[in-house]
Amino acid sequence: MTKKADISIVEERSLDPFEAAMGLGDVKGRSPWEDAWHRLLKNRAAVISAMVMAGMLLLVITGPWVLPWEADFTDWDHTSAPPSLETGHWFGTDAVGRDILVRTLEGGRISLLVGLVATLVSLLIGVTYGSIAGFYGGMTDRVMMRIVDIIYALPFMFFVILLMVVFGRNIILIFVAIGAVNWLDMARIVRGQTLSLKNMEFVEAAEACGVRRMDIIRRHIVPNLLGVVMVYVTLTIPQVILVESFLSFLGLGVQEPMSSWGALVNDGAQDMESAPWTLIFPAFFLSVTLYCFNYIGDGLRDALDPKDRL
Amino acid sequence: MSAPDAPRPVLRVQDLAVHYQLREGGLLHSRIHTLKAVDGVSFDLMAGESLGVVGESGCGKSTLARAILGLIRPVRGRVLWLGEDLTLLEDEDLRKKRKELQIVFQDPLASLNPRMTVGDIIAEPLKTFFPKFARVQVEERVRGMMKMVGLLPNQINRYPHEFSGGQCQRIGIARALVLNPKLIICDEPVSALDVSIQAQIIALLRDLQKKLQLSLIFIAHDLAVVKHISHRVMVMYLGKAMEIAQRQALYRKPLHPYTSALVKAVPIPDPRIAREQADTGLTGDMPSPFNPPTGCVFHTRCPYVVKRCKLDVPALRRMENGDWVACHRAEELDLTIRLAGHGAG
Amino acid sequence: MSALLEVKDLRVSFDTPEGEVHAVSGIEFRLDAGDALAIVGESGSGKTQSMMALMGLLAENGHASGQALYKGQDLMEMTAHELNRHRGRDIAMIFQDPMTSLNPYMNIEKQMTEVVMHHQGLHHREARAHAIEMLRAVRIPDPEQRIRQYPHEFSGGMRQRVMVAMGLLCEPDILIADEPTTALDVTVQAQITQLMAELRRQSNTAIVLITHDLGVVAGLCDRVLVMYAGEVVEYGTVDQIYYEPRHPYTRGLLDSVPRLDHVEDQELHAIPGNPPNLLALPSGCNFRERCVHAFDACHQKPALRDVGDGHFSRCHLDQEA
Repeated sequence: MTKKADISIVEERSLDPFEAAMGLGDVKGRSPWEDAWHRLLKNRAAVISAMVMAGMLLLVITGPWVLPWEADFTDWDHTSAPPSLETGHWFGTDAVGRDILVRTLEGGRISLLVGLVATLVSLLIGVTYGSIAGFYGGMTDRVMMRIVDIIYALPFMFFVILLMVVFGRNIILIFVAIGAVNWLDMARIVRGQTLSLKNMEFVEAAEACGVRRMDIIRRHIVPNLLGVVMVYVTLTIPQVILVESFLSFLGLGVQEPMSSWGALVNDGAQDMESAPWTLIFPAFFLSVTLYCFNYIGDGLRDALDPKDRL
Repeated sequence: MSAPDAPRPVLRVQDLAVHYQLREGGLLHSRIHTLKAVDGVSFDLMAGESLGVVGESGCGKSTLARAILGLIRPVRGRVLWLGEDLTLLEDEDLRKKRKELQIVFQDPLASLNPRMTVGDIIAEPLKTFFPKFARVQVEERVRGMMKMVGLLPNQINRYPHEFSGGQCQRIGIARALVLNPKLIICDEPVSALDVSIQAQIIALLRDLQKKLQLSLIFIAHDLAVVKHISHRVMVMYLGKAMEIAQRQALYRKPLHPYTSALVKAVPIPDPRIAREQADTGLTGDMPSPFNPPTGCVFHTRCPYVVKRCKLDVPALRRMENGDWVACHRAEELDLTIRLAGHGAG
Repeated sequence: MSALLEVKDLRVSFDTPEGEVHAVSGIEFRLDAGDALAIVGESGSGKTQSMMALMGLLAENGHASGQALYKGQDLMEMTAHELNRHRGRDIAMIFQDPMTSLNPYMNIEKQMTEVVMHHQGLHHREARAHAIEMLRAVRIPDPEQRIRQYPHEFSGGMRQRVMVAMGLLCEPDILIADEPTTALDVTVQAQITQLMAELRRQSNTAIVLITHDLGVVAGLCDRVLVMYAGEVVEYGTVDQIYYEPRHPYTRGLLDSVPRLDHVEDQELHAIPGNPPNLLALPSGCNFRERCVHAFDACHQKPALRDVGDGHFSRCHLDQEA
């Protein structure tokens, strides 16, 4: 049997938190980005892919400087030579004696450059366009999205061929052509996200606080879009590289002597039976890049888990 | 209505209505359904007064809040803030009024941008209207606000997800107060919080109101909560105001049958009393707001309904004691609440 | 007389990326036929998870231990298959949000008859008749017509009544209701609580009501279990808990609830601090940091002690005589 305590004699202590916290420095916050970053680091596939891509970038940038061969140097002694360490042609040579390794690396420069630049173009245009359409809504949104629909309906290949015919096979043109088509997808996705963000209570709260519309887009909508955009970007880059490869395959890609992985694969495919190494190495690099970006994209999507943030 | 030298209301809402049009049907045959979310609400609010707004789902209280602030445009009616009609203002002018009229939302975490620090969230209204303020000045004010609402100022760089629900709500309140508004509308500010935290936030709001002489519109579905914080209470049903009364009157002698039912329905945390609580007397379910009943919107569930109630819409009229009620039978009904042990309480 | 349900030392923990979370740290109670027990607590109390463990409905990363003897058989030891025979038929559970508990793609008739046919092996016609009778008992108007409708065609309150009807279809011995009225309007809440009380009287169904609403508990239940941070902090009859609360948390809770019969301007004594973070509980008594009466002894974990007449409290203020 227990005795009932006499509460009145037990002192009530002060629970004033301010007393306890006097003189403490500011606590560092843990932003949702940091949380996502930590989650990403735990995803092994994504981390390994990122490291591979970093290595790849390093290779394609510095490789050609280090190697003894120029990309357009034709080694008449060793044409269509298989890979060997003695000849110095580690990846072998093609039909006219150009070193496959150097060509692959230089081709990598072009492919990755196209991937990154075209994606950047589509990102900037797409995010701006999509967020404005989504946020302003109403007629603005409808008109803007109809424009997107119309452009979308135009056959891409026709458009590109037209551009090539008119302006020639300029590398800048490749960037523009691909970027100009890809922004459509980005705009749609961003618009969709903006629509759902618009209804979030913190956006309403910002409006209620008198924040101007452009500031709301800038401060509240776009930062919360970045997650989705980032994932989409990492999945767009391989797509763009593939498109460029496809163009090269059709003979519409970069012009000789510049090369891209796609062009190399095209060339290699023609000599597939006699000199398979001319196909295998560029194809391998291309595939690895595509895989890596996809794993990074998946990792980003998991790390930025919607359940947790919005 | 009031004597010439009586204090003027800071807020006067007249016949405010918000209707939504929804189209139903296909290509050939389509119908427009009108949802009358708010259908003619009028009331006055004095300086330093706290008006509670209660009602069940679909009564339009949240829509009313947003319509008063201009976050939703009403289809008719006037919102006179310090004499000026807010419904007539252009977007930019309305935006400037936001300094004086603020809102605290129901979901504490959702009303805060997850990617901004607490300091930035509270500072945002300040930076919007006073862009010339030095950073130090802004930070000082933010810390001051945090202290005022019971948050440790050294948490200023943390993010919303690192705080509990009650703390997030304090952040929301700090943000609402940072511009020294004269009116704050609280839209169910404690519904999403634990019971023990609710009391903290209610106490905080009460204190702040007294200290800062704020006018408050407190929206809630919990009558007991509203009783603790309001001077007067407005009861809404299907977009209309049923009764506006001083709180003592409302809980002891309501004038409207719906108010009476609401009060009777609230379970009192006291076993002896709870066991004897009477039936609410309500029948049926809440009608759809798309198809409100004719006459008095409450007539389909009212235990005191007579023929007139189905035909004539009762106007909100003033009774002897200064309270307002929209019921044809208000004078003849005695709806005094008799709770066991109510006594002198 | 053997109890209908006897729970002993029930524990539930979850594996999370931040570590192991002990959601429930040993609860015990006894339920007899026709009893109405309330499990009261706020977020982090573990009230829902304890019942989920009993019903075998824990999430994948959850682990439960302890005993839950239903008529002498331990529910915790049963396989999913065995448990299925009891779930729905002997022990029914209804949840907070009727919108997510009912399948939006099936009409009510299908959802109700499915349950009854599975558990009682009735033919479709008999099952249907039984379902209609149940709907009538929960006062759904025009049940013959409405049984063919879909969940979205019912209002929130009616959906919850359908849930109650489904729960009681097989005339279970125990009805576990997890916050059944929290999402409902107060007038509807009153109807549902009245309904549960009536059904309890008529069929002697035992009810376990999980809630944080002290008003509903006062009107419906006869015994109360108060939980905080996964532990039982107080247990007793409803009169003992409401009129003689011993644990500072219970007292704090009762003091902080706004009541309609309070005087206006009545001071609400809030419990200071924040809800417990199960990953970072204070040493000793879980409630120590929020307790205005805390003293030295509170750095040790208090045990659940009998303070007389079947009233238990977990607090050092009740010293052993």
